[in-house]
Amino acid sequence: MTAVVAQDEFFAAAGPRPRRVSAARIGVYCFLIGAALFFALPLYVMVVTSLKDLGEIRLGNIFNWPAELTFEPWIAAWSSACTGRTCEGIRPGFFNSIKITVPSVILSIIIAAINGYALSFWRFRGANFFFGLLIFGAFVPYQVVIYPLIIFMREVGLFATLPGIIIVHTIFGMPILTLLYRNYFSSLPEELFKAARVDGAGFWAIFFRVVMPMAVPISIVAVILQVTGIWNDFLFGLVFAGRDNMPMTVQLNNIVATTTGTRAYNVNMSATILTAAVPLAVYFISGRWFVRGIAAGAVKG
Amino acid sequence: MIAVGVGLYVVGIGYSVALSFTNSKLLPKFDTFVGLANYDRLWSTGRWLISVENIWLFGLLSIALNMLLGFLLAAFMDRRVRYEDTFRTILLYPYAMSLIVTGLVWQWMMDPGLGIQSAMQNWGFAGFSFAPLTNPDTAIFGVVIAGVWQGTGVTMAILLAGLRGIDEDIWKAARVDGIPTWRTYVFIALPMLRGALATAFVLQAVSVVRVYDLIVGLTGGGPGIATEMPAKFVIDHITNRVNVSLGMAAATMMLLPIILLIGINLFIDWRRKAVAMRAAT
Repeated sequence: MTAVVAQDEFFAAAGPRPRRVSAARIGVYCFLIGAALFFALPLYVMVVTSLKDLGEIRLGNIFNWPAELTFEPWIAAWSSACTGRTCEGIRPGFFNSIKITVPSVILSIIIAAINGYALSFWRFRGANFFFGLLIFGAFVPYQVVIYPLIIFMREVGLFATLPGIIIVHTIFGMPILTLLYRNYFSSLPEELFKAARVDGAGFWAIFFRVVMPMAVPISIVAVILQVTGIWNDFLFGLVFAGRDNMPMTVQLNNIVATTTGTRAYNVNMSATILTAAVPLAVYFISGRWFVRGIAAGAVKG
Repeated sequence: MIAVGVGLYVVGIGYSVALSFTNSKLLPKFDTFVGLANYDRLWSTGRWLISVENIWLFGLLSIALNMLLGFLLAAFMDRRVRYEDTFRTILLYPYAMSLIVTGLVWQWMMDPGLGIQSAMQNWGFAGFSFAPLTNPDTAIFGVVIAGVWQGTGVTMAILLAGLRGIDEDIWKAARVDGIPTWRTYVFIALPMLRGALATAFVLQAVSVVRVYDLIVGLTGGGPGIATEMPAKFVIDHITNRVNVSLGMAAATMMLLPIILLIGINLFIDWRRKAVAMRAAT
């Protein structure tokens, strides 16, 4: 109740006359609602388009609610849409994306946690230098390191294989995740670490018994960051995954770009929603954690 | 483990830069040293020149719009609006989706025959025209719209967190002094948001330099080569066009602005420390 009063006072002070205050209030809401419409519109259009049949789409009323609901496009997108050679829909891509995302997320987070722990508690020689290089790594355009990585993967025989793409994701996730853990661990009281050392705990004992139990919140953030990031990746999947392991995003682009036959806009939009579904679910479920992930990921130096 | 990871980056970058001085087509060949010939060729390749021009136009426009809209939204959200969580969810969800998805959705929305344009015309606005992707002169603005749509929510979230971090007393002081709310935001809050603004800017700048998926999904670089970008130039030259050394020369050029940015950052840090030292003595 007090908050409400304070708020009213606040706005009363903002302008000379009360009447203008309410106008400003309406302006605020108008702007926000207008912006919300702009941001929500594509999602609405996606859903509506995916539920129409092609005849209705050709009328050109992109915003209209479907006159007759049809779920055919969804079924087609999932199991029978064509990508040039094959007509298996987006389903193989979905399972490939899971096969790529799950191991990549686990592996990259374990490595990043150990790295961040080593960087912040065990100040070995050159730790600061490595830290600087990590920041640099987080900024480097992928294009600069992609070709050497292709050559390297070819040399070790992992190019266009599932382990290959998992390693690539782990490598590219490392700088940012290590920074995330390092910054988090740096904020923990060092006395904990010192006390554990006095008690005779070693590198791994401290890591598993002391540090990791406290790193649950940052690990949730890291999981959100990595699941959405790796699922949404297109470039690495295109270059490194190979034909048999194409992730969903690549498959989606192939389906939409297929020019043989009539363009099935409704099927394309269904496939698009299906591809966006996993990260969107993560986003809607995680709520504020997602925002924390962005903020944490953005703090790079 | 860190050493391996970091080493990979350093070796990788060195390898790419070294390749740019050779004459490698399909496979790396280090015995064909050609000096700066690839850079010469790069800067006389029309496709690259257009890519560079595009990334400047796209970068400046989309970052400016993104920051402006992001700040306005953050300021308005900060006015204790009702349903704040709902607004935030709607403004931020595009960021959770792949850039390929963003590209494909907007391609559909901007479809000249069946998209927004035709819907508006069917509603009676006969002269309504909105199909930027079909015209080489306007296609890049279509890319800007999609980019702003995807990234503004993040800027808003970062700036809003920054606004919430400002001391309550400052608002009270401004109110006591009778400063209008909008002026408090522009002249008092904005300078205090320097850190958040820098964070949001860097995040956007990095995504601009990396822009690839959005182009592939939205325009495929077309019409013609009107929306080509450096990142796409490099990938195309590695994969389809089989001219690795030229691609690596382009990649090295992409590295320069990042190095410059970090250099400026280090310089500012160093200056600040130097000033602090002088103040201390």
